[in-house]
Amino acid sequence: MTLIREADLGTPAIKSSVLLTVEVDGKTVMVPEGTSVMRAAALTGVTVPKLCASDNLEPFGSCRLCLVEIEGRRGTPASCTTPVEEGMRVTTQTPDLASLRRGVMELYISDHPLDCLTCPANGDCELQDMAGAVGLREVRYGYDGANHLDAPVDDSNPYFDFDPSKCIVCSRCVRACDEVQGTFALNIMGRGFDSTVSAGGTAFVDSECVSCGACVQACPTSTLIEKSVVEQGQPEHSVVTTCAYCGVGCAFKAEMRGNEVIRMMPFKDGKANHGHSCVKGRFAWGYATHSERILSPMIRERITDPWREVSWEEAIGYAASEFKRLQAQYGRDAVGGITSSRCTNEETFLVQKLVRAGFGNNNVDTCARVCHSPTGYGLSATLGTSAGTQDFDSVEQADVVMVIGANPTDAHPVFASQLKRRLRGGARLIVIDPRRIDLVKMPHVQADYHLPLLPGTNVAVINALAHVVVTEGLVDEPYVAERCEPEAFERWRAFIAEERNSPEAVEGATGVPAADLRAAARLYATGGNAAIYYGLGVTEHSQGSTMVMGMANLAMATGNLGRPGVGVNPLRGQNNVQGSCDMGSFPHEFSGYRHVSNDGVRTMFEEAWDVGLETEPGLRIPNMFDAALDGTFKGMYIQGEDLVQSDPNTKHVTAALAAMECVVVHDLFLNETATYAHVFLPGSSFLEKDGTFTNAERRISRVRKAIPPKAGLADWEATMALSNALGYPMTYEHPSEIMDEIARLTPTFAGVSYEKLDRLGSIQWPCNDAAPEGTPVMHEHGFVRGQGLFMVTEYVPTDERTNDRFPLLLTTGRILTQYNVGAQTRRTPNVVWHGEDLLEIHPWDAENRGINDGDLVVVNSRTGETALRAKVSERMQPGVVYTTFHHPDTSANVVTTEFADWATDCPEYKVTAVQVSRTRQRSAWQTEYAATREATTRIAVPAETQP
Amino acid sequence: MTTRIYVPRDAAALSVGADDVATRIAAEAAARGDDIAIVRNGSRGMCWLEPLVEVETAEGRVAYGPVSVDDVARLFDAGILEGGADTLYLGPTEAIPYFARQQRLTFARCGVVDPLSIEDYRAHGGYEGLQRALSMAREEIVAEVTDSGLRGRGGAGFPTGIKWQTVLDAPAEPKYIVCNADEGDSGTFADRMLMEGDPFTLIEGMTMAGVAVGATVGYIYLRSEYPHAHRTLREAITTAREHGYLGPSVAGSAHPFDIEVRLGAGAYICGEETALLESLEGRRGLIRPRPPLPAVSGLFGQPTVVNNVLSLATVPVILERGAEAYREFGMGRSRGTQPVQLAGNVKRGGLIELAFGVTLRELIENYGGGTASGRPVRAVQVGGPLGAYFPDSLLDTPLDYEAIAAADGLLGHGGVVVFDDTVDLASQARFAMAFCAFESCGKCTPCRIGATRGVEVIDRIVAGEERTANLELLDDLNDLMTKASLCALGGLTPIPVRSALQHFPEDFSRPAPVATTG
Ligand SMILES: Cc1cc2nc3c(=O)[nH]c(=O)nc-3n(C[C@H](O)[C@H](O)[C@H](O)COP(=O)(O)O)c2cc1C
Ligand code: SF4
Ligand code: SF4
Ligand code: SF4
Ligand code: SF4
Ligand code: FES
Repeated sequence: MTLIREADLGTPAIKSSVLLTVEVDGKTVMVPEGTSVMRAAALTGVTVPKLCASDNLEPFGSCRLCLVEIEGRRGTPASCTTPVEEGMRVTTQTPDLASLRRGVMELYISDHPLDCLTCPANGDCELQDMAGAVGLREVRYGYDGANHLDAPVDDSNPYFDFDPSKCIVCSRCVRACDEVQGTFALNIMGRGFDSTVSAGGTAFVDSECVSCGACVQACPTSTLIEKSVVEQGQPEHSVVTTCAYCGVGCAFKAEMRGNEVIRMMPFKDGKANHGHSCVKGRFAWGYATHSERILSPMIRERITDPWREVSWEEAIGYAASEFKRLQAQYGRDAVGGITSSRCTNEETFLVQKLVRAGFGNNNVDTCARVCHSPTGYGLSATLGTSAGTQDFDSVEQADVVMVIGANPTDAHPVFASQLKRRLRGGARLIVIDPRRIDLVKMPHVQADYHLPLLPGTNVAVINALAHVVVTEGLVDEPYVAERCEPEAFERWRAFIAEERNSPEAVEGATGVPAADLRAAARLYATGGNAAIYYGLGVTEHSQGSTMVMGMANLAMATGNLGRPGVGVNPLRGQNNVQGSCDMGSFPHEFSGYRHVSNDGVRTMFEEAWDVGLETEPGLRIPNMFDAALDGTFKGMYIQGEDLVQSDPNTKHVTAALAAMECVVVHDLFLNETATYAHVFLPGSSFLEKDGTFTNAERRISRVRKAIPPKAGLADWEATMALSNALGYPMTYEHPSEIMDEIARLTPTFAGVSYEKLDRLGSIQWPCNDAAPEGTPVMHEHGFVRGQGLFMVTEYVPTDERTNDRFPLLLTTGRILTQYNVGAQTRRTPNVVWHGEDLLEIHPWDAENRGINDGDLVVVNSRTGETALRAKVSERMQPGVVYTTFHHPDTSANVVTTEFADWATDCPEYKVTAVQVSRTRQRSAWQTEYAATREATTRIAVPAETQP
Repeated sequence: MTTRIYVPRDAAALSVGADDVATRIAAEAAARGDDIAIVRNGSRGMCWLEPLVEVETAEGRVAYGPVSVDDVARLFDAGILEGGADTLYLGPTEAIPYFARQQRLTFARCGVVDPLSIEDYRAHGGYEGLQRALSMAREEIVAEVTDSGLRGRGGAGFPTGIKWQTVLDAPAEPKYIVCNADEGDSGTFADRMLMEGDPFTLIEGMTMAGVAVGATVGYIYLRSEYPHAHRTLREAITTAREHGYLGPSVAGSAHPFDIEVRLGAGAYICGEETALLESLEGRRGLIRPRPPLPAVSGLFGQPTVVNNVLSLATVPVILERGAEAYREFGMGRSRGTQPVQLAGNVKRGGLIELAFGVTLRELIENYGGGTASGRPVRAVQVGGPLGAYFPDSLLDTPLDYEAIAAADGLLGHGGVVVFDDTVDLASQARFAMAFCAFESCGKCTPCRIGATRGVEVIDRIVAGEERTANLELLDDLNDLMTKASLCALGGLTPIPVRSALQHFPEDFSRPAPVATTG
């Protein structure tokens, strides 16, 4: 195992069909027109010295190390900024060039500390490498001249230091922040010799910096360097793996020293991230070694007992015997399981297999229920697949981007960076969101239209957009005629053209000015390639599925499906939401979205698994809770999910859990659900196991084991043990065998194998004989379901309404530095940016209620109440308040309701009628819950350590 | 009958009290019941005579100068309105030898006309060139400029017509015309004098450029320290617009063209065209690497003509009189005239427009009248702060791009600064490095760190520390800066340093000064 060092060709790849022939040091190469001399040289294997160039940044030409000679040209042009010309003959090494390069290095080192041996970048420093490469032997200027050696270190960022005494002012950091990340947090202050890098004049932690790490990666010296490297030293081997946070699915190199992770470096060959990352994946992995991780299995008979640490055998044996007892006592359907969108495909597949084959029922469900189930439903009804239509790179060919109910800069930051780059490149932007999210206006990005609709009126807005398209003659008639079912289209056309769907008619309900809506519709329909990106603001509604279908309708009507640059794209919340759905986590379908009542499919599974399978769909999560309260559902195996914190109406959930007799929680931490658990199985973090994740663009990527499971068993091994103890044998030696089984049983995965994943890096399903290397863009030659199906999407207002008692609408979301219920990110230094959940409220609403920024306020809904601090913010529109759900002591879901999507039961997190008022204390529920948690999370001191 | 009296409004004249003089003249005339009209013209360029008051008499315009407020009553007593004799009387303005011997093409109207009167402008041949241009095809206009031999007057001397051709040939739209009016070279003022004295010439020149290459918008990037020029330009642009010379249909043609003035960032480096474009786009004035040329990808990435004020202001006379008439002036590959700005230690500093070919000595002796101090000339810096210091032995070098380059110098923007024998060329060389360090944009290493090290090395040489080794190091540094700098600031700074070392080595080997402290 070695440290992977990716090649840096100096300047970005250029796309051109014109190829030019150049000769570098006698070697000939053909390169696309526009390619730099430096890149051409690198492609022939010739390395030209460089410090300011990097192939993820536009050439800059500042260090002047890369000078070359070109036949027939005067002087010594910089190879990074000089494009090749046909027949060019380049020489990269001559005595003159050598002396110029030495001269440059001599200047650099005349203002650089001479402490290479004690520098944390020793061994990984381009400045050091270049000094060696050019043969620098002395610095004749001496070291007493003007210098920056006394510049103070800024160590304010929790993850990296900035030591300007080492800075060579190459601007790579500034350019990375601008070009790669798109945050524009850094600049060069001062001029000439006084030029210094600055985070906008303040300390990093107080600046606009979002800690994506791009600048740290770009820095050729130790000026910007990970604290972990400063503290632990340089890594010595790398393991390529996939981020376990959001649905972007960034590829990383886990850079290791022995079994210790030194840092996570984004991997350049990662097709989802192309070497970029966000603060979570790049830095917030410390939870994996957090002291609160539970490393031993534990059991207890009653949830009021203290936990008892036991062996794996005992814990598994106890859980299995309990499940068997419950099934014997209350019937086969009295138990079920929950798969996790954070676990691997293989683990998810095993849990649902355990339920279907081991428990012998279909009571399996997944947390994707609470986020993207409407996506699957809506897209398969209209187009025929339960997944986004594009790869991320498709956005580079989009001319108009419509972001609906998503906040990519916080929730999908790496995709957001790619999107922002495209927007800076000229694509137009429409944002449909109740809040003025950052994308609406940020440095060098400004939405052409922001439609600030009232929560709950998505369908009215999408219908009105379609109304404009239909009534203003903007339908792509040949496209529709060729690709879509004609009767359904005519029915839809007649429906959508009705006056009640016009922008003017819905203006009152949606709060969106009709003129803006019309303009946005025209832009979407006529602006070239138009792509929709959406998030949970679309799905988590009582009409979530309707809205998904509405977007598919609009895209079909305007011909915006089936090629790069267009599409309807869900931005998935968790790393493996797509995968957990694909793997058959829902009670009604097997992997690949095939219904359990389909005899052919079921028979195939029965034969493969050598067991009879239930023909009827099992219970969904909310049904399980209801059944638990009815006394008919008694036991649950929950892998990697925190139902208490993430599911709506927390009080209902806790009551249901408390009513069960065997709750098995399989997790890294004693999460909120574990408060109600009888068996705790310690989970393995993504660093500790092999497997695959499938990201929002259907990309299957490898997760590779970097360190052994801290608790002894990887999650798939624990599930296997439980199944074996239940009497249903599982005998996999390695997760690759599970993938082989998935491939055998799932047509869209037929061509997937670990061998192929290793070879290609990643694969977008469908991957089969028709598409052996996978499918970046779906529906290219017609829709998967045959003809596209327009669905009539009647707008039905949610039953959750505001009134005098609950006059405000609460909507929820997430922020950049925290992830979901926060179990991981709260256990990292990310808390410096978001230590608690805040209630964002418009100044008017705040003033009416006498609320000041920072006041403790109580939020009341028909369901419950919780207290948290207020943040007065113009990002909100009057009448709408917002909070995040990252912290359990706030538990925003105590107030959310049980309204849910009509088709999929996806809860309506995004709309709750509430009242907000100042308070002096936490809510009764919070106090009581804290007490319960205190009482139920005691771990008994092991006998031998007792005095 | 009304008598016209001209009192310049040029900033150089204002700095020596021209406004007060004008006020006093008006008051004096009123008190005496004389019927006069005061015209605030531009400067004639004879700086030592400012404020130069001219009176329109039967014999033509006669000049008095330098006039102070205290002289006014006496001048009226002497019959200034009829051209009466006085110690300040200079005779017919255009017969003053300094002026009479010039060949004014670019500055033909400057000081003559009322700068803000478009009628006056037209009465003196203004907009005739544009009328002619509007009757020509784009290629023909560009060809005319190319044939005239006009080279950029901003410093680099690049053929203007060829630059325009590149922009004309570039397919991208829109295109821009950018006038470089940042005039940063110490001792130069020709751009300002023209903008204050004859702004319509610049406007007409830019309009022609726009018509020729198909650009519809022009920007004047004006040095921020030029408030008078700013006001004059703004008023002139408004007037041109009102008269239909700017706007959707230039002079009734199908060409739209308009001009905006933008104030510079107050940094020397922003005069460099790519830094200027960055600054115009609202960013820090940082040099852009070339290629792409601004002509291909300039302002906002679009094809852009960037020309100096004088280059653009010379185009009207070329179009008016024809390329041939213009190229008759000059020598070799330097055609036409060069507005020289003579300054420093001379008796008579000012603007001298002459055909290329005049020698430095002729300029200093015949026009400048020798040093102001009366001591011998020791060194002459030609071409601004990045130009070479010429010793007496090189003063017969003609003003010609190639001849000056052959003497390891550059013509730059036409500044000529004279030093007498008290000058210390080692400190001038140090100043060159310090200037570069101060003005460096900081983008490239040779200049960002090199210029600061240059100052330190020269200090060590002067202090006598390891002189031989440090002279060698300075030579290496000069070589590095020349060959490796990203732009001409770092690239040309070695010129003054090297010329000082080459022609005045004795200044670098004086005994080290005795330390005064410690
Ligand atoms: C450091 C530096 C400063 C410059 N300053 C000016 C200036 O103030 N005015 C100007 O016209 N050109 C200046 N130039 C030259 C411009 O870069 C450019 O060559 C010129 O504007 C082109 O116009 P022209 O072809 O009409 O001369 C400067 C160049 C450098 C390297
Ligand atoms: S960490 Fe990212 S956001 Fe912060 S300064 Fe660096 S590049 Fe910019
Ligand atoms: S901090 Fe690093 S990347 Fe940024 S300018 Fe300094 S050396 Fe270059
Ligand atoms: S959290 Fe998402 S965007 Fe951030 S590194 Fe992980 S996968 Fe990438
Ligand atoms: S030579 Fe000086 S001014 Fe020019 S780019 Fe380099 S640092 Fe900037
Ligand atoms: S790598 Fe080309 S100038 Fe720095």
